[in-house]
Amino acid sequence: MSARGSLPGAVLLALLLAVGCTPQAPVNHGVYMLLDTSGTYRQELDKAQQIIRYTLSRLDAADSFAVARIDTGSFSEKDIVAKTTLDDRPSTMNRQKRQFAETVGRFVEATQSSPYTDISGGLLQAVEFLNEKDTGRKTVLIFSDLKEDLEDGYVRDVPFELAGFDVIALNVTKLRSDNVDPNEYLGRLGEWRRRVEAAGGNFRVINDLDGLEGML
Amino acid sequence: MTRAQQPKGCLAKPPVYGFDYDSGVTTMQFLLGITPWPVVSALLWLVLAVTALYFARSTAHSAIAAAARTLHRSFRLASAAVARGETHLRARNREVLLAAGREAKERVVEREFDRVADSVRKDLGQYAALHRALSESIERIETDHREAVEVPPDPPGWVSAVEAVAKIDTREGRVGVGNVLADIHKSLVKAHGEAMNLYRRASRERHRLLHAMRPEWRGVQQRLEQVGKSVSSLLERSTAIDRHMQEYEDIVHGRDRAVAILSSSSLVYFFVSALVLAVAIGGATINFSLIARPMAEMVGGTNLIGGFRTADIAALVIIMVEISMGLFLMESLRITRLFPVIGALPDKTRVRMIWITFTILFLLASVEAGLAYMREVLLQDELATSALLRGDGDATLPGEFLWITTAAQMGMGFILPFALTFVAIPLETFVHSLRTVLGLAAIGLLRFVALTLRVIGNACRYLGALLRSIYDLPLFIPLWLEQRAVPDDGLARPKRQEVTS
Repeated sequence: MSARGSLPGAVLLALLLAVGCTPQAPVNHGVYMLLDTSGTYRQELDKAQQIIRYTLSRLDAADSFAVARIDTGSFSEKDIVAKTTLDDRPSTMNRQKRQFAETVGRFVEATQSSPYTDISGGLLQAVEFLNEKDTGRKTVLIFSDLKEDLEDGYVRDVPFELAGFDVIALNVTKLRSDNVDPNEYLGRLGEWRRRVEAAGGNFRVINDLDGLEGML
Repeated sequence: MTRAQQPKGCLAKPPVYGFDYDSGVTTMQFLLGITPWPVVSALLWLVLAVTALYFARSTAHSAIAAAARTLHRSFRLASAAVARGETHLRARNREVLLAAGREAKERVVEREFDRVADSVRKDLGQYAALHRALSESIERIETDHREAVEVPPDPPGWVSAVEAVAKIDTREGRVGVGNVLADIHKSLVKAHGEAMNLYRRASRERHRLLHAMRPEWRGVQQRLEQVGKSVSSLLERSTAIDRHMQEYEDIVHGRDRAVAILSSSSLVYFFVSALVLAVAIGGATINFSLIARPMAEMVGGTNLIGGFRTADIAALVIIMVEISMGLFLMESLRITRLFPVIGALPDKTRVRMIWITFTILFLLASVEAGLAYMREVLLQDELATSALLRGDGDATLPGEFLWITTAAQMGMGFILPFALTFVAIPLETFVHSLRTVLGLAAIGLLRFVALTLRVIGNACRYLGALLRSIYDLPLFIPLWLEQRAVPDDGLARPKRQEVTS
């Protein structure tokens, strides 16, 4: 090939390499799910298992998923029930999903109720986990009635940094006191919405578990 | 700041009377205000304008004519240039067409000669054996015929003499002679019987020989029929060669008939090859979908190159390599002639290349079959995982006839690479006919451009005449007066002709 003829080829190759080597923003998805195991809400964990399976079915290669329990002190890695970053090989990814589902199943069967509910600590842990994973999208699922009940001595007035986070409250059940005064329920939802949006995040509530299609 | 001191581009604007609302006087008011009566002012302006136009008429007409003429000639020039380009392109296209046709016809004639050579080698190569067989058959027939010639028995000429002697003996009373003659007669009858037996045996032998000659005759007949067929085939081939040579001669002489036939054939080849290539692209797409999914198992499913998944690119590369190998295989087999270098290789190297490309193709086809199997395995794995996540364990049971789809996918994965090999044939036709089709399209485009430029040039010419007429429209009064004042001595006519020229 002559020098004149090789020039366009070299330019094309350089362009391809330039395009191929350009660093691209991550497009993977990180999901962190908090499971409330306090009091009578533990009975709702079967529904949580259903949501976890649905989430697993929607996640793809390189996505990260973690499930953690909310108990007395949730700002801890010990409360993470299962976590995984899905492999980019399909067979390994399927195996990871199956193992994850089995781990969660065992947890749901064996877990005990916790006396307190540290939702803020769990949210802080979720933010830390997802920031560490540096995923393109970050979603925190809170499977709880959003009634926070901290043990004496626990401080949770830490400012959240939720820019770029989607916080979705799932299955926010009404407590007996909410039936007496619905303002409590609405106030609880409003308070969490205010806290999340003040921290730069998006807040949503999904109570109808048949409509999970738009969740992720 | 004085005017001289003002920087360039910052000169003070002259007063504007048109729509300068700050001055309070519009242009129209100014124009109509030169006399106390607006109508008189308007008439005055009209007269002034008509007068100015009348005195400037000759110059304006010249300017309009010059502009129109310039535009007309420019467009005509451009049109002529485009037309020349079209002519050159047509000539080049014709040369390309004739060259391609000549090459194709040479290949056809060459193949016809190859067939004739094969036929001659196959049929006339055995001519010596055939001739020997025919000679032997004829010799055997001659021998048998010679041996089968009927030999008549000897005429018993002396029998009548013996009978005469016997009658004499009876008539003259010679008894002793009678006995002798009786013995002779007896011997004679015996000899006659033996001769008859010999004759019958000889006749039987002759019939046997004649019977044995029949298969020889048939053999000779069959061999002659075979020779006749071969000669007929050669005659047909020679007729076809004559026809091709006639067409080749037309092409070599560049006759219009040959160009028209080649052009029409190129269009047909172009569309047919495009259709076949579209089918091949469909096959390649199916092939791609077969191997792209399992390829993620090898190179990962999330890596991207230039915004495209690496697995997809890898699958595409495999298919492209297969097509390339197919092209090289076809070239090595001299079925296509896209790469003259391969066709010019020594036969030994070419045969090696055939085996190498075929081996690579075979290996890639085997890899594809394996990937197709892997695809089915992955699909089942994914279905099982989905079923588990749905909480539906029964759905994970494999179907009874699952092996059919698996085998079909593997078969397709193995066969499609070889099928794609034959893309080389329509591709070669497409490439060759594309030159002609593009040339025809370019000729059509240039012709259209030339026509458009010519039309625009003529339009400019007549637009100039129209503008001059429009210019004269408000001057009809002075022109009428001029026509009345100037005697009709033919001086005005050239002007009118100049206007319309």
